[in-house]
Amino acid sequence: MEILVYLIPISLILGGIGLGAFWWAVRSRQFDDPEGDSQRILSDEWDDHPRP
Amino acid sequence: MDGSLERGGLAACPACVALPNVGDVTGGAAEKELLISLPEIHCAACISGVERVLAAQPGVASARVNLTLKRATVEAEEAVQSGALVAALGAAGFKAHELDAGLLTSTEADKAGRDLLMRLAVAGFAMMNVMLLSVAVWSGADGATRDLFHWISAAIAFPAVGFAARPFFASASVALKAGRLNMDVPITLAILLALGTSLYETIHSGAHAYFDAALSLTFFLLAGRYLDFRTRAVARSAAEELAALEVPRAVRLLDGAEETVAVGELAVGDVVLVRPGGRMPVDGVIVEGASELDRALLTGETRPVVAIVGQQVSAGEVNLTGPLTVQVTAAGKDSSLHRMADLVAVAESAKNKYTSLADRAAGLYAPGVHILSALAGIGWYLGTMDARVALNIAAAVLIITCPCALGLAVPAVVTAASGKLFRKGLLIKDGTALERLAEVTHVIFDKTGTLTMGTPEPMNLCDIQERDKRLALSLAMGSAHPLAMALTGALRGDGVLPLPVEGLREVPGYGTEARCKGRVVRLGRAEWVDAEAGDETATWLSVAGEAPVAFTFADALRPGAAEAVAALKAAGCEVELLSGDAPGAVTRFAAALGIDSYQAGVLPAEKAARVEALQAGGAKVLMVGDGLNDTAALAAAHASVSPATALDAARVASDIVLLGESVAPVAEAVTTARKAVKRIRENFQIATAYNVIAVPLAVAGMATPLVAALAMSASSITVSLNALRLR
Repeated sequence: MEILVYLIPISLILGGIGLGAFWWAVRSRQFDDPEGDSQRILSDEWDDHPRP
Repeated sequence: MDGSLERGGLAACPACVALPNVGDVTGGAAEKELLISLPEIHCAACISGVERVLAAQPGVASARVNLTLKRATVEAEEAVQSGALVAALGAAGFKAHELDAGLLTSTEADKAGRDLLMRLAVAGFAMMNVMLLSVAVWSGADGATRDLFHWISAAIAFPAVGFAARPFFASASVALKAGRLNMDVPITLAILLALGTSLYETIHSGAHAYFDAALSLTFFLLAGRYLDFRTRAVARSAAEELAALEVPRAVRLLDGAEETVAVGELAVGDVVLVRPGGRMPVDGVIVEGASELDRALLTGETRPVVAIVGQQVSAGEVNLTGPLTVQVTAAGKDSSLHRMADLVAVAESAKNKYTSLADRAAGLYAPGVHILSALAGIGWYLGTMDARVALNIAAAVLIITCPCALGLAVPAVVTAASGKLFRKGLLIKDGTALERLAEVTHVIFDKTGTLTMGTPEPMNLCDIQERDKRLALSLAMGSAHPLAMALTGALRGDGVLPLPVEGLREVPGYGTEARCKGRVVRLGRAEWVDAEAGDETATWLSVAGEAPVAFTFADALRPGAAEAVAALKAAGCEVELLSGDAPGAVTRFAAALGIDSYQAGVLPAEKAARVEALQAGGAKVLMVGDGLNDTAALAAAHASVSPATALDAARVASDIVLLGESVAPVAEAVTTARKAVKRIRENFQIATAYNVIAVPLAVAGMATPLVAALAMSASSITVSLNALRLR
């Protein structure tokens, strides 16, 4: 059962990373334009270098 | 401005520099944000095309298209006017409209939505982790392991609930302070009691802890809240966009110079210029010019009226032919538009008294569960004299009865139904609109602009000689009057070629005149060509020395009008037509659509009175109208629909806006609403059925946290699935 000492914190940390990533995504407006973002990957503009 | 502040703040965050639109902000003081509506963009090529066109305009710092909202946000220098950007987009082949940024509050709604989403995520994260630990406990962990798991659960649950459930706590405390009970009071009590007793049990190495229940309760209820919020936010942003499309500006003449000002800035005595095609911004008196006025939005009349110097005009009328200079007699709050809006406000407050199904359920439910759980607690205390057991039982009853399913029952259905209707081109503005729509027994239609397009179509072209048609086309091409434009379109469509004429000129308010082979030819009003004006909308062609020929017009039927009427009748609704137009046109029209009950020449107040009379007789009326003359009736009716082309005041007064051209979705809205209400009722029954099974268990003290978790998830999932059947 000692393995729990590692497993529980690990599961919490992994979940926490997911939560943190979601928090970042919401804060940085990643969900503002889901349709537009799905279309933008088809555009070849800024393929060679990122938009300045 | 809110948006720019927020963007500035975000740009400071290093992670956001990756975002092009935010990264582009240079923070220059002279910059402003312009919004442009792009109703027809749909693909990647449109996005880059629009962005390239906008970025190439002088003074534009950056442009970003949002395809979801079909809108472009442009950061530009102070001097840049959105009109120029719209024109540039139009030249490049993109349909664009100017949006009034002041009327769009989406930033605020976004913030509230993000906040709710974050709480939902935290509750979900905590719920899953605690559930993981709880499953271990349920499957047999005991002793020190169980206590450790309970402690870890507590460590996760307390901060998570403290953050995620705050909307419920806040709403419950507001309700309690006002001495009322709402749905959030039992929710808050259940969450707090579950946490409290579980902590107590954990400290005393008890077997049962409800941390997972407290968290899943929070999660499911937040999901319901979020759905509810999304539906309303989508409706609101679309409604705001419709309002923002009409930028209320007027051209003021000051010492002969023209300046564009906001309508709100106009004062009595100012002189404004109204160009052909423009809408009167204020009430006033014509001081210069001659033209014709389209009063359809105010009265429902399709025939234009003559406008001459000295005549009174009302805000909302459309100037048709010549430029008019109008001296303001009433602006802002005193104008007739505003007086009508006041009428609406009175009727609106009556409508707000409608209690939704959810509120009625909560009114029964909230006191019920409190009494039940208190009785269970007291009963067990008297039976066992053990406060700990009694409190545990009371908490279990509250948790089990807690309205997860009730909280999801309405929003899940409303989200599914509004989504379905939105795809059909209907925008549900009001939360209770679906429920009210489902009760409708009578449907009253307005004619002009609602069942018709509000644009005339020539009717008798086949009876007219070829030479007259060719002459009429030559003359009609010289005017921007709606009748002339309709005539030009129809004749060109028939392949008619214009006859050569000389000296073509437009006489504002009368028609066009030219010379053909030395004879004067005129196309215009009956009086101008010495003809007898008939009952129908008509324009007359006269050739000097010959009898004048009439071109009669009828309003083009809106697509789907006949289908809508037939479908509504099939759904068991009485259909009626109330129009402000002349009797002849209305009778023909009603016959064409199969409407048996109609009235012509109805005044605005009579429309509202008719609606009220029907409703006093027990009928529930759905009013469908677009004009200012319908506004009072729209507000008085049980439910109301207006097309997107309707006057702002009419749209504000109605619950549902028809976005497309066809009126057929109106019938569909009624059937969908009926289905939706049926689903809501089913959901309540499902929730009740679960309670009927689970509550006796809880009262008997046999409800373990496992039973609570199963009942809660199972009922929530069934309710959501039932709602999805609507799609």
